Amino acid sequence: MSDSSSSGALAPPRPRHHRGVYDALVIGGGLVGSAVAFGLRQQLDNVAVLDEGDVAFRASRGNFGLVWVQSKGMGMPAYGHWTMSSQQLWPRLAALLHELTGLDVGLEQRGGLHPVLTEEEYEHRIQFMTELLAQPGMVQYEWKMLDRKELADLVPGIGPEVLGATWTAVDGVANPLKMLRALHTAFDRQRVDYLPLHPVGDIALRNGVFEMSTPHGKIQSRKVVLASGLSNQALGKQVGLEVPVRPQRGQIVVLERTQRILHTPFSTLRQTDEGSWLIGDSQEEAGYADGVVGLPVLATLADRAVRTMPALREVRVVRSWSALRVMSRDGFPIYEQSATHPGAFVATCHSGVTLAAAHALRIAPMVVDGALPVDMAPFSTRRFHVQEAA
Amino acid sequence: MFKRLPEAQQAMRQHPVAVTINGKAVQCREGDTVSAAMFAAGVVDCRDTVVGGVPRGPYCMMGICYDCLVTIDGQPNQQGCMTLVREGMNIERQGGARQVRT
Amino acid sequence: MTGITQCDLLVVGAGPAGLAAATLAARHGVDTMLLDEQPSPGGQIYRAITTTPLQNRDTLGKDYWHGEALVKAFRRSHARYEPGATVWAVSRMTAQDPEGGFEVAYSVAGEARMLQARNIILATGAQERPFPIPGWTLPGVMTVGAAQTMFKTTGIVPGKRTVLAGCGPLLYLVAWQYMKAGVKIEALLDTTGAGGLTQALPHVWGFLRSPYLAKGLKLVHEVRAKARIIRGITALEAVGTGRLDHVLYTADGKSAELPCDQLLLHQGVIPNINLSQALGVELRWSETMLCWEPAVDDWGNTSVAEVGIAGDGASITGALAAEHLGRLVALEACRQLGKLDQPTRDREGETHRKALARAVLGRDFFDRLYLPPEQFRIPVGDTIVCRCEEVTAAQVRETVKLGCPGPNQMKSFLRCGMGPCQGRFCNTTVTEIIAQERGLSPQEVGHYRLRFPTKPLTLGELASLPQTEDSKKAVIRLKKQP
Repeated sequence: MSDSSSSGALAPPRPRHHRGVYDALVIGGGLVGSAVAFGLRQQLDNVAVLDEGDVAFRASRGNFGLVWVQSKGMGMPAYGHWTMSSQQLWPRLAALLHELTGLDVGLEQRGGLHPVLTEEEYEHRIQFMTELLAQPGMVQYEWKMLDRKELADLVPGIGPEVLGATWTAVDGVANPLKMLRALHTAFDRQRVDYLPLHPVGDIALRNGVFEMSTPHGKIQSRKVVLASGLSNQALGKQVGLEVPVRPQRGQIVVLERTQRILHTPFSTLRQTDEGSWLIGDSQEEAGYADGVVGLPVLATLADRAVRTMPALREVRVVRSWSALRVMSRDGFPIYEQSATHPGAFVATCHSGVTLAAAHALRIAPMVVDGALPVDMAPFSTRRFHVQEAA
Repeated sequence: MFKRLPEAQQAMRQHPVAVTINGKAVQCREGDTVSAAMFAAGVVDCRDTVVGGVPRGPYCMMGICYDCLVTIDGQPNQQGCMTLVREGMNIERQGGARQVRT
Repeated sequence: MTGITQCDLLVVGAGPAGLAAATLAARHGVDTMLLDEQPSPGGQIYRAITTTPLQNRDTLGKDYWHGEALVKAFRRSHARYEPGATVWAVSRMTAQDPEGGFEVAYSVAGEARMLQARNIILATGAQERPFPIPGWTLPGVMTVGAAQTMFKTTGIVPGKRTVLAGCGPLLYLVAWQYMKAGVKIEALLDTTGAGGLTQALPHVWGFLRSPYLAKGLKLVHEVRAKARIIRGITALEAVGTGRLDHVLYTADGKSAELPCDQLLLHQGVIPNINLSQALGVELRWSETMLCWEPAVDDWGNTSVAEVGIAGDGASITGALAAEHLGRLVALEACRQLGKLDQPTRDREGETHRKALARAVLGRDFFDRLYLPPEQFRIPVGDTIVCRCEEVTAAQVRETVKLGCPGPNQMKSFLRCGMGPCQGRFCNTTVTEIIAQERGLSPQEVGHYRLRFPTKPLTLGELASLPQTEDSKKAVIRLKKQP
């Protein structure tokens, strides 16, 4: 294994704990990659995470922070189950992280609301949720369309235009930035080699060992998990994995901290554990323009938030975020293992916070075992071939 | 604490503005910023921070540090250094995260 | 919300660069709008020039009153002026207008307004460089610029025990202005680094030929005669509980305490770049000025088409240079808008270039002389780095050790840069700390990525901006994605 001579900009910030072949390596240090790597480390000794630099298409930074079940899985009941399993495992992940790092990731699982502001939205929502749960093989949970009065009991100052909201007890939120920080602190404590500024060029498989080329030389591992979001597509090709993902812009508006008054999150408006407010979210097919903030979208986001809670009218917008979701062709996650390169896996989704527990506590053990079980088949990319053939 | 130069005092007499700062009646000049009027009235800190609850006063006086935030006429988080005084204005020290009135 | 204003050229900022630019453009027949955050023109250097109660011209001095001519010329021109207008977003217009141009959102008295412009000149000037010493967030501590702004706008001065600390000509200028006004200064603690003179001497010839020499020497001489000046300050700390009680300083290896009520800090100014940054203008770290500067060519053009920057907002060159730069950048805007051809632009620009060259003579010398020493720019320990989120230097350094390579990851981890000032008072510090920890240049480490709004506005205000069918579809998705 060679090391390139380190010139200024390429000098990595920290030395590696392990210099040999890793047991497992994750490409991508965002929420998906970090959660998987954390899980891997609970069973394997030598784990590494290869990450890019400071300014990259970091979907994780634009994340709303929902740990959300309602609405998920229309068209793929397995996704409904998968989401529910993650929701159930989340307290364990939070506890593990707290034990290891002392950091609290702000998990609150007290239920969640999806607001409706017009008759049309009201009718549509009831129909949608009914159909969702009526799908054969779909996970079951209680949901209810709350009327205005019931909603007003939960949400102080609910706007007069809000006709109602669907409520489930299984929804919740966490703080994505605290999550990332906790995961990285855990890496430090557990000696996971988190290596930023190590973008991967080529991946080669030689004698059962994967070799990743980076500007700091080649890094070897027995197993590799591709969790680098939009870059999964190009990297996947090198290990026999086809990963059709595209960028989808999402914008969020952030309000200043206020005294905590909202304890039940909406899917589109919530107050964080620190007191700031998040308003989301948009879905725009805007290509790779993650740096551009579209004013009309911000206006629409703001408008709906004001209708939902008019008292927020005077609260200040302190910033907005525009980030690129990693969207697969049908919007559902892709988990797959390579047939041509055994030991190579891909994990991609756009709900990195909701699925963090499943990634750490279910996907990681599957990777350690060397294979995704049969019930993960709905998430493989073969479903796209079926769709095409149909 | 802070004082007005004679020329400025004269200008104040010619164009006076009466405001209330933390409950006290204060005379100032048309054209004063709220932060300047507070300094002239001997008030050095205008708020407690949101994160740590520690006292702060204006730092840059040009609208970019956001340390000069005060509650003006019941509206919190107003930049004192960017707001001109107005007759009858009520200026209050503020503490921590703002309230949301539902 | 009122209708959308149209103009050819938007100038942001009413300091010397903005006033001169708008005046020239208007004279060439360009439909020009100047948006000024302040309630009256003058920017910071000529702040309150139309409203100051200090009408005795000796108090503020000749250099200040020079600004009056700029304001008069601006008012006589046909440029439109909107005071109290805070610009918080600029974006390219969408598919509707193939000509391009910009959509600008701004607030006046808490109300959102929009404007469309084909070209933009940013003349947002300078801000005080952060001065992160222990205790710099205590009530009783503010910048020298802040004190001077208050002085100009209201004639209010510090009353009791006042200490000035830092380095650079402004310290001496304000000390001199205060002394003339009868304000007693306890001491002036000069942090000018020992190395500065060595760096500066090669440029002394320019300084000797410059208009600043005689003025500067006279000023410093008068201040030295009357005020207690302590040079060679190597450490500074503001101490107090809840407010400033005293200053601790080290000079000549010895520490001493100075009780005071007011501490005024200054170690130079840096370009005010947030609007440029959020617009995506390319920034470069200047090793000579130790700050981020928008990359501009000789005509003020940035990496973003139709956006020009003039004056201290591009690079610190002072008030006089700013005027001439404003005119040059405006000439270029006139050319882009089809009012002049290139040869005419070049010809008209000659006078301004010559004036500019004279105005910057000597600056190289004192720019290097007064470069703030490292320990006052790159703090350690419990010293607060991000004032808004109360993040300390130790926390930033620890997080670099966790593997955080740059300021944007740092923001995600620690929230530094996420407060209302949007990094204005911490970006240079965070970049330099990371650079120091990682053994890299600040250029390599990088800077915060900013997005609009560049200044806070209320949610209600944002909600009052126009929406489109596309924006509604993007948000209200009845066929919700799973």
